[in-house]
Amino acid sequence: MDSQASNQSRNPELAKALRVIVGSDAVVTDEEALRPFECDGLTAYRELPLMVVLPSTIEEVQRVMRTCAQQSVPVVTRGAGTGLSGGALPLSDGVLLSLTRMNQILDINDSTHTARVQPGVRNLAISEAVQHLGLYYAPDPSSQIACSIGGNVAENSGGVHCLKYGLTVHNILQLKVVTVDGELITVGSEALDAPGYDLLALMTGSEGMLGIVVEVLVKLLPIPPVAQVVMAAFDEVERAGDAVAAIIGGGILPAGLEMMDNYAITAAEDFVHAGYPVDAAAILLCELDGTQDEVDSQIAKVEKILTEYGATDTQVATDEQTRQRFWSGRKAAFPAVGRISPDYYCIDGTIPRRELGTVLTAISSLSEEFGLRVANVFHAGDGNLHPLILYDANKEGELEKTEELGNRILELCVEVGGTVTGEHGVGVEKLRPMCLQFEDPVIEQFHAVKAAWDPHSLLNPGKAVPTLARCAEFGAMHVHQGNLPFSNLERF
Amino acid sequence: MPGRDDIDRLVEKVRTSHRNSEPLRICGSGSKFFLGRPIVGSVLDVKQHTGIVSYEPSELVLTARAGTTLREITKALTASGQILGFEPPWFGENATLGGTVACGLSGPRRPFSGSARDFVLGIKCITGKGELMSFGGQVIKNVAGYDVSRLMVGALGSLGVLTEISIRLLPRHELETTLMLELDEKSALDEMIRLSGLPIPISGLSYSSGLLRIRLSGTENGIASAAAQIGGQDDANGPEYWLQLKEQKLSFFNRNQILWRLSVPVTAPAMNLGNDCLIDWGGALRWVYTDKTDQEMFEFARQLRGHATVFRAESYYQGERFSQLSGVVADLHTRLKSSFDPAGILNSGIMYSNV
Ligand SMILES: Cc1cc2nc3c(=O)[nH]c(=O)nc-3n(C[C@H](O)[C@H](O)[C@H](O)COP(=O)(O)OP(=O)(O)OC[C@H]3O[C@@H](n4cnc5c(N)ncnc54)[C@H](O)[C@@H]3O)c2cc1C
Repeated sequence: MDSQASNQSRNPELAKALRVIVGSDAVVTDEEALRPFECDGLTAYRELPLMVVLPSTIEEVQRVMRTCAQQSVPVVTRGAGTGLSGGALPLSDGVLLSLTRMNQILDINDSTHTARVQPGVRNLAISEAVQHLGLYYAPDPSSQIACSIGGNVAENSGGVHCLKYGLTVHNILQLKVVTVDGELITVGSEALDAPGYDLLALMTGSEGMLGIVVEVLVKLLPIPPVAQVVMAAFDEVERAGDAVAAIIGGGILPAGLEMMDNYAITAAEDFVHAGYPVDAAAILLCELDGTQDEVDSQIAKVEKILTEYGATDTQVATDEQTRQRFWSGRKAAFPAVGRISPDYYCIDGTIPRRELGTVLTAISSLSEEFGLRVANVFHAGDGNLHPLILYDANKEGELEKTEELGNRILELCVEVGGTVTGEHGVGVEKLRPMCLQFEDPVIEQFHAVKAAWDPHSLLNPGKAVPTLARCAEFGAMHVHQGNLPFSNLERF
Repeated sequence: MPGRDDIDRLVEKVRTSHRNSEPLRICGSGSKFFLGRPIVGSVLDVKQHTGIVSYEPSELVLTARAGTTLREITKALTASGQILGFEPPWFGENATLGGTVACGLSGPRRPFSGSARDFVLGIKCITGKGELMSFGGQVIKNVAGYDVSRLMVGALGSLGVLTEISIRLLPRHELETTLMLELDEKSALDEMIRLSGLPIPISGLSYSSGLLRIRLSGTENGIASAAAQIGGQDDANGPEYWLQLKEQKLSFFNRNQILWRLSVPVTAPAMNLGNDCLIDWGGALRWVYTDKTDQEMFEFARQLRGHATVFRAESYYQGERFSQLSGVVADLHTRLKSSFDPAGILNSGIMYSNV
């Protein structure tokens, strides 16, 4: 990377050049005005960018990129800034490209069941715009009121309904992408596949490292006529875990299948009064959707399984109001935990479901070892765990301790055959756990893929994939601390 | 688990070929050799690398070595009431999982439950340098690192030799039924679009010889109410029809002529080719016989905002097989290819001259 000094001195000329492209109100350099952009949803990491640029059209994005590439200035793309891994964390010597002004729904097609949208459109805005046609956009991250579709593509975001309806990658057909040197390309197609390599899949989840998503063609689905949710209480977490396996093994594909442990239940109940049983060790929320006939027969099956697997209580939300109430607690789980603790840190590991019992037990003993409380919210259907570590950033050393606990939990996920991030991405936050999950040649291959798109590493440099040097450092650190979770791997 | 681990030999062979810049032709059972441009190279036989590595029905995930046959996999899945959601064509009794994923083909269920790449969760592969690498994993949600597993699907082996694949499964529907409606092509296309927008459990929409066939998969009650809504008559030969469609055993496919595959938006107009066109995927896939030249067909597909493939051709056919890429996208293909396979030894030229 260029030295900071030389970039700083180029700052006025660069700002001037970019103002010619996007207009003077669309380049922010004033320190106060830059503040709101200093971090994303992972607030522990902050940095002020050289400047923020807010293009309104694809052409502007192209010209901004051409200018930045010519001057070797790195660019970090930002959607709504709700990311939880520091993916949109600015670089002090780089431009932060904010796409919030590109927020138009360009076309809704009732025949192809698709919508063409600009990257800054909010996730929920798509479903709202097509509701009158009986359609919706399926991926529903809990942040859906705020997060942008461009950010969803960059993170391959999921939601509580992705067990049945898939992640972002399963619900988009085509992207327009601006490359690092300002070229506009189209990947995917308006048909169901495209010639050549599946660049659409490669772009999805690439965290702003390969190109800038400037337009998205999303797939819309018919709104299921009926959706009902069953809530079941358990007095042991393991039993709830077994019930999940039995539901899936029993041939039922719920629209959503979520679990919360007692900490999360009480926090949510205090916050939104969802009617959760506060004395339960765990609850399951299982949603089934389809026609009334389909839902009826599946609800009957699910209730039977839940009872067989030791649910102490089951309740079916027979009306929409109750259903919304049951979900409200789950959807508000993060802010609810935020109320009972000054700060919380959200982990995003995914595990094979069968390991749930083992992993939860291990998390609770780690929680004791570190002296930090952990609340568990869990996309049980797809094995995606969100342990929330409760801490106080104002207490000396507690953030470091929290991060260490987070890393230990992720090590555990990798050990049982899972992954360090199910949906929040690597960003700056999980560079170290990436070293645990992937061997050196794979990390090198990731860098080679990046180089094929961005040879001089100007797009979001330093994120998503750790350098081998950093991995070697982390390795040394592990040995130093006497924790050898992977002593069998050559690397250590 | 039964099967045979042949990985050491495979890795060694790729390493040697890399050192000698000797091209390889990756081979499973050979059931899909007709796909893609003809290539030369010494055969790298993956079909001895076999066996289901892990399968737990409650996880909805199966992991198998690339040479495992679809026959063996289907047998295991059937026993637990599960299916491969993308309904892959076999095109041969001994079709392997590796070849199936490398070709990335999906059957009639594709528009309704997803494509081959949608179901792939992780792969192990040998790159052109002879390095064995593992991408993705066995869990449904995983965003650690670039999605190389899905990039491999449909890459026809040109980026890596697939050696192991983890794939997501679906529970098998309780029941399946096929309905038939007699319609002209345009009305059938309109009806397919209309039906696709309804919240009913459709799993197949195909049109041939004046008949629109609608397959429903779901619970007994769910199917009954959907069927009442659609009307039409029951097709007692439904299961046979969908199988023959997927395997290209219908008499339509029995011709010594280039078989074109046009992948287009469902709104592409009726082609009015009579018995020279068969429609699948709710209108998004058109199988076509034509006297037009290959350049005319590629251009025709482009105008429809889709793309064309010469799916089956006689050996004298010398032209391109896939719609051409241009400019930056073509360059990206070249660079990605060389990042995985710098010496260009893996199925090189199978897709385009540069990859
Ligand atoms: C309360 C809360 C709940 C959440 N719940 C979920 C959940 O249920 N599921 C889930 O998956 N996530 C969840 N998230 C995480 C977050 O909302 C998602 O990752 C979301 O997709 C980020 O979108 P964004 O527009 O805010 O992106 P940003 O945070 O602005 O950016 C995220 C990354 O994408 C890149 N990027 C953004 N836009 C583009 C573009 N147009 N082109 C290229 N790269 C781009 C950025 O560089 C960055 O690396 C949650 C976050 C919060 C705060």
